Amino acid sequence: MSKIIKYIIIDLLRNKIVIGYTIFLLILSASIFNLGADSSKGILSLLNIVLIFVPLVSIIFSTIYLYNSSEFIELMLTQPLKRKTILLSEFAGVSSALLLGVFIGVGIPVIVFDGSNAGWWLIIAALFLTIIFVALAFWASVATRDKSKGIGISILLWFYFALIYDGLVLFILFSFSDYPLEKPMLAMCALNPIDLARIAILLKLDVSALMGYTGAVFQQFFGSSEGVLFVVCALIIWAVLPCWRAFTLFNKKDM
Amino acid sequence: MRTFFIILFLIFADISFASVIHVGKNEAYNSIHAALQKANTGDTIFINEGIYAEGEIKITKSVKLIGKNFPVIDGRNKSQVISVYVNHVLIEGFKIINGGYSSVYDWAGIKLVQCDSCIIRNNILINNNFGIYLQASANCIIANNKISSNNPDELLSGNAIHCWKSSYITIKNNDVSGHRDGIYFEFVINSLIQNNYSHNNVRYGLHFMFSHNNSFIKNIFQKNPSGIAVMYSHGVTMLYNRFEQNWGSAAYGILMKDISDSRVQKNIFRNNTVAIHMEGSARMLVENNEFISNGWALEVQASCNDNIFKHNNFESNSFDVGTNGTMQLNTFTENYWDKYEGYDLNRDGIGDVPYRPVSMYSMVIEQSPPAVMLFRSFLVGILDKTEKVLPAVIPEGLKDDKPLMKKIPL
Amino acid sequence: MIHTKNLTKKYSRTTALQNINVAFERGESIALIGPNGSGKTTLIKSILGLVIPTEGNIFFNGKSILGEWKYRNEIGYMPQISRFPENMNVHQLLKLMRDVRKDEHHKLDEDLIHAFKIENILNKTMGSLSGGTRQKVSACIAFLFSPQVLILDEPTAGLDPLSNEKLKEKIDKEKQKGKLILITSHVLSDLDDVVSQVVYLQDGKLMFHKTVEELEDFTGEQKLNRIIASMMNTPELINEHL
Repeated sequence: MSKIIKYIIIDLLRNKIVIGYTIFLLILSASIFNLGADSSKGILSLLNIVLIFVPLVSIIFSTIYLYNSSEFIELMLTQPLKRKTILLSEFAGVSSALLLGVFIGVGIPVIVFDGSNAGWWLIIAALFLTIIFVALAFWASVATRDKSKGIGISILLWFYFALIYDGLVLFILFSFSDYPLEKPMLAMCALNPIDLARIAILLKLDVSALMGYTGAVFQQFFGSSEGVLFVVCALIIWAVLPCWRAFTLFNKKDM
Repeated sequence: MRTFFIILFLIFADISFASVIHVGKNEAYNSIHAALQKANTGDTIFINEGIYAEGEIKITKSVKLIGKNFPVIDGRNKSQVISVYVNHVLIEGFKIINGGYSSVYDWAGIKLVQCDSCIIRNNILINNNFGIYLQASANCIIANNKISSNNPDELLSGNAIHCWKSSYITIKNNDVSGHRDGIYFEFVINSLIQNNYSHNNVRYGLHFMFSHNNSFIKNIFQKNPSGIAVMYSHGVTMLYNRFEQNWGSAAYGILMKDISDSRVQKNIFRNNTVAIHMEGSARMLVENNEFISNGWALEVQASCNDNIFKHNNFESNSFDVGTNGTMQLNTFTENYWDKYEGYDLNRDGIGDVPYRPVSMYSMVIEQSPPAVMLFRSFLVGILDKTEKVLPAVIPEGLKDDKPLMKKIPL
Repeated sequence: MIHTKNLTKKYSRTTALQNINVAFERGESIALIGPNGSGKTTLIKSILGLVIPTEGNIFFNGKSILGEWKYRNEIGYMPQISRFPENMNVHQLLKLMRDVRKDEHHKLDEDLIHAFKIENILNKTMGSLSGGTRQKVSACIAFLFSPQVLILDEPTAGLDPLSNEKLKEKIDKEKQKGKLILITSHVLSDLDDVVSQVVYLQDGKLMFHKTVEELEDFTGEQKLNRIIASMMNTPELINEHL
């Protein structure tokens, strides 16, 4: 298995999109930190890149890559290899290449220029979102045979988590504004990895306390060690669930 | 003429008959009570280093009590420590500890009852229910005291400096912490509060109501869970104060309720949940202040009118201005807003398009506080940008017509 | 060596294979024939585990292959259309295959690599190769690990006559060694010399499975393509007669 992962990683490290992605993130992060004197402001600027751009690139790139390696996967499937091994190798290869890109592009600048608690959370969030959206991409592309349909589903998934879900939350908030919604809000943000990551980072930044009573509820919950555990567990579930789904579908898939 | 002579006589009598009494282990008196009993008006009583636990010390003669090397006066959690009932008393250089708690009386480390011209200075007060308590007093000076407590209970704890129905009080250079409120005024007028450091209290750093024409200058209010609350007063002057790190669900740099005809100038508001919250306030001048890294710099409720916000710097605040209505009867002009994205074609330093400091999202949160969950999300960013282009929700009138292009040097 | 039991594969709308029961043994060389869409490739893919049967089972040396993977050590496969990672060069591809199938029992069989002069194109990327050359590489890989079973899906399509001849020689040589060889092809004359049995599929159904001798006796034709042609007209009749 390690041999196959090695081939995939070498293939991906030469991939122009991965290299471009890494360099783009690096330039962006470095210039954000160099422009603003205040590094917590830099974290805030990076926040949107991590929450929107990283998931977008992760999901679209992985989907396309997986469709484009259908030859390779087919070739491997005719060899004495487990199906699980093949998909796991693909997953490990794609996610580690993108993780490396994010770590070099966002992680290193944040560590060098900021290094705060919020900065570390930003890195953790970026890494988690990368894995989660790679997993979603795998699920989408294993589930659909047609490449353009698969890419379409991936874009929709990203759009849903990045935008539509929050719109629904806002709608629910206004529809049920007479009820105490602080606790349901906690559950609702667990249902979207992007929201989860955003809140975890925001609460590490000083802006957290602006949030009034609701913010206090959030702060109390996410600030506690149970809250941190909850966030990490929820993010892990978000990575594992689509992955698991992709594996069960792949095991039954006809090539 | 006769009166003059009488006064002259009294003054001389005062000087000529004033004597010095020492209290201490190897002195004529070894208890403060005994010394006070013997003392005459105008005497100076020096108290040596040591621990004096004599129950409540009541001062009913105009004397000067001066501690050498901070003698400890211990209330042993049973009683008030020192109470003063006459004018012209000086209390200086003591360490006053363990004042008792009573659910009926407001027991204090030092209580002044109907006193005039008293001075309380250079004392250390630790673990008293109330610290220094002024009741119906005037012309007193409270200076250089360090007052602290560690009672975390808001109901059981008293205030560090508590003034009730007093006037012409000067409170200077005190360090107050750990009490319910750092400085508390009720019906206090014409007083000066300067250079105090009020921090880490249980509730408010400064709390006053019905207290008119007082000046607050160069004080620092830090890390008070509820910040500062001032109510029902007019003629308040706040200059060169710093309001910092008052974080929390109900924390305000200043909460102003029904404050009018007052000035807030040259202050720095940094890292507060809400720097200034205003309701029912009118004719305030808020000028030359710095608002940095606050959740909300200003929350101006619709019940405020004729206030002027001018020449302030707004930097790195999550929200610049929040409000709860669409009516707007206040003036915002010539402020520097770091979020301003306009241009200045004629290069006069004033932006050519008005700045609207209320973001749509702050209006959303005002209506539905849990919406704060979506703070800094992609959706909210889009909504805010849309609202900037096509204002529909934010109050039409709330805008700065002359936003400055550059930060004002303050 | 390989036998199927009630093998059925249904797709959402069509039935690709219906109740197929066949047995292929060591030393046999079988031609899988039938019109387009008759289920030849589906049958091959089922044996390879690429397609999961809807019903029925496939046994390799008596063991079910469902969920299994080790048995593919004994199979060399040459697909109908060879698709390889485009930016991998021939050398890397061969090395990858060797890494993946590292197995001490197998001696590497590089006959075809030499015959097709693959050494000369080792540095070319798969994307830059012509369809025929890719087929050659594909054939090399299928034979490389001296597997017990060779499954060749349209092996001669796209190959030039010379290479075609070389490949046929190789197939014959392997057949002599007692290996099982499964070939699908519709260029029938190519198969003449190497095929010992014929499996005929139509509309996902097994029409017949006979030795070439039996078919020759029945049809009176010598050439395989003639035999097939005459049978294609009346396949039901053949079953009745034999």
